[in-house]
Amino acid sequence: MPIVEVKNLTVDFGPKSKPVRAVAGVDLHLAKGETLALLGESGSGKSVTLRSLMRLHPKSARTGGSMQVDERDVLAMPYGDLARYRGSIVSMIFQDPGLALDPVYRVGDQIAEAVVRHEGTSFKQGRARALELFERVRIPSPERRLDNYPHEMSGGMRQRAMIALALACNPKVLLADEPTTALDATVQIQVLLLLRELQRELGLAVIFVTHDIGVAVEVADRIAVMYAGKIIEEGPCADVIRAPSHPYTKGLLASRADHSFEKGARLTAIPGTPPDLATLPPGCAFAPRCAVVLDACRNSTPPPALISRHHFARCIRSEPAAARQATV
Amino acid sequence: MLLYTLKRILYVTPVALGVSVIVFLLVHIAPGDPLTSIMPIDATAEQQAEMRAAYGFDKPLAVQYGIWLWKVLHADLGNSIATGRPVLADVSRAVGNSLILASVSTLIGFTFGTFFGFVAGYFQNSPLDKIASLLSVIGVSVPHYWLGMVLVIIFSAQLGWLPPTGAGPDGSGNWRPDPEHLRYLILPAITMSVIPMGIISRTVRALVADILAQEFIQALRAKGLSEWGVFKHVVTNAAPTALAVMGLQLGYLLGGSVLVETVFAWPGTGFLLNAAIFQRDLPLLQGTILVLAMFFVFLNLLVDVLQTALDPRIQRS
Ligand SMILES: Nc1ncnc2c1ncn2[C@@H]1O[C@H](COP(=O)(O)OP(=O)(O)OP(=O)(O)O)[C@@H](O)[C@H]1O
Ligand SMILES: [Mg+2]
Repeated sequence: MPIVEVKNLTVDFGPKSKPVRAVAGVDLHLAKGETLALLGESGSGKSVTLRSLMRLHPKSARTGGSMQVDERDVLAMPYGDLARYRGSIVSMIFQDPGLALDPVYRVGDQIAEAVVRHEGTSFKQGRARALELFERVRIPSPERRLDNYPHEMSGGMRQRAMIALALACNPKVLLADEPTTALDATVQIQVLLLLRELQRELGLAVIFVTHDIGVAVEVADRIAVMYAGKIIEEGPCADVIRAPSHPYTKGLLASRADHSFEKGARLTAIPGTPPDLATLPPGCAFAPRCAVVLDACRNSTPPPALISRHHFARCIRSEPAAARQATV
Repeated sequence: MLLYTLKRILYVTPVALGVSVIVFLLVHIAPGDPLTSIMPIDATAEQQAEMRAAYGFDKPLAVQYGIWLWKVLHADLGNSIATGRPVLADVSRAVGNSLILASVSTLIGFTFGTFFGFVAGYFQNSPLDKIASLLSVIGVSVPHYWLGMVLVIIFSAQLGWLPPTGAGPDGSGNWRPDPEHLRYLILPAITMSVIPMGIISRTVRALVADILAQEFIQALRAKGLSEWGVFKHVVTNAAPTALAVMGLQLGYLLGGSVLVETVFAWPGTGFLLNAAIFQRDLPLLQGTILVLAMFFVFLNLLVDVLQTALDPRIQRS
């Protein structure tokens, strides 16, 4: 039984007459202790997918499909249950900790607040917990740092504090939305290593959003590539890297190869721009940019085609690895 | 924080001095001789010169300023030309009355203003927001002396519930905190509260909308806080700015209420200023403006220190 199971998730923004479909039928599953990297260009719907798992969208957003997390039906939860679920079963690390922490509260108090909220402890016990967590994420002179306001910390330290906050109530699932993008290169690596270490120690299930294939390979067991609100290729890390099947994934990997030493290089080397989500073509959304497009691509959305045991791609040109090897 | 406060006070001193120069010059720049109004029309040139010397108007301006400042520093604002009473006594009584009126008005304005502002900011573009915005636009654009007269017509002339003018039943110029005097405060206070209400509600609406759009609000929800818990964070974030606006409004009302005080014959600074201007009572005018200006400087200082104390993002060094 996977701890996260998302089926045919759709998220629409904007007016009903002209909706922007940011997520267009995403299926995801995640086992306990597993890490999935969600990869894709800007605007492909990665953050929206993550936020859906916590129902963090504005009221005007319309969410469809189903999401099971730790045997709870996320979309059916009444508000009180939802608030208890957020932070204690699933928690989130945001891209920019400088924006995600309340600027006028002490960081230690912000952590204590979550502990008090979920575990019903006293505020003092909450602070004690915050201190433990600060030690755990290796913030130097933790006692003093608890009393800092976010602006008094460096970016890397803030992200460590954010991680401490996310782990404060022993969640089972951690959603990390580009947790290292806003940091300096050297700090990025430290935070990444810390996250990987904590993930292993605590047996967390992690969905890790990133632009950076190098990072994805570093942390993830599996990779899912998103394009225009759909997962267009998914599989075990090694399989996707070694044998990418979707032309978009191939393009990503090629662009990565060109800049392989530029950490954090954005994935923009594929010609063309991502489609407008309000006016998607009927067929494969990547067709207008695809170098090997066929007429059939423009007719209907290709279904997932299995390439090897856990590896699939939504491309009508995809063939099973075995078959491919036979033709070579 | 104490060091910071002392520093601010130090910075404010030259400002206060500058203000005193301006106040002094303001009255001298104004056209017309301040003594004409109290001199007999047929006064000879000699008599005029004598009078001028008696009031010190024959000395160079700088010397006049020096003498005036020296006296001011010794709590001597001179005597009123019209009544002969010490200016300080008149001004301090008027300031006391105005302070009561301005504080109560600001309090009313702040209470309703923050309430409307929060509602509008939380429910942006909803009918509630539209109503609150409409109220605040009306608040800042309705001429308040007109509103004052309308209120007097309805509640005094028609219904006879509240007294139309004055600060108390005995006609004395002193407001005291008792139920009888309180009735005199109601109409002018409501009239004057309308402007700060409008301004504060608009400020708070923008503030709340801005705070709610920030990512940390989502992060607070993501850690499982209830909407009430999130609301507390919104309030803490909005407080420094909202209080600063309130402090400045109090300052404006303290000096800027000539019209309302005149409509209600409220014996405050506005009323006094009005009288001093029409009677060309130079020492009284100078004294009133100076005291009001100093209040404003002081309020600014207070707001500054308060905002720094409340908002950790402002550097205290
Ligand atoms: N609250 C919202 N209201 C309207 N549109 C939204 C909202 N949130 C996201 N979108 C739209 O959904 C689409 C997907 O956005 P999303 O943030 O998921 O992209 P992303 O893959 O995370 O990109 P990035 O790498 O830049 O973070 C974008 O076109 C965005 O404009
Ligand atoms: Mg994103």
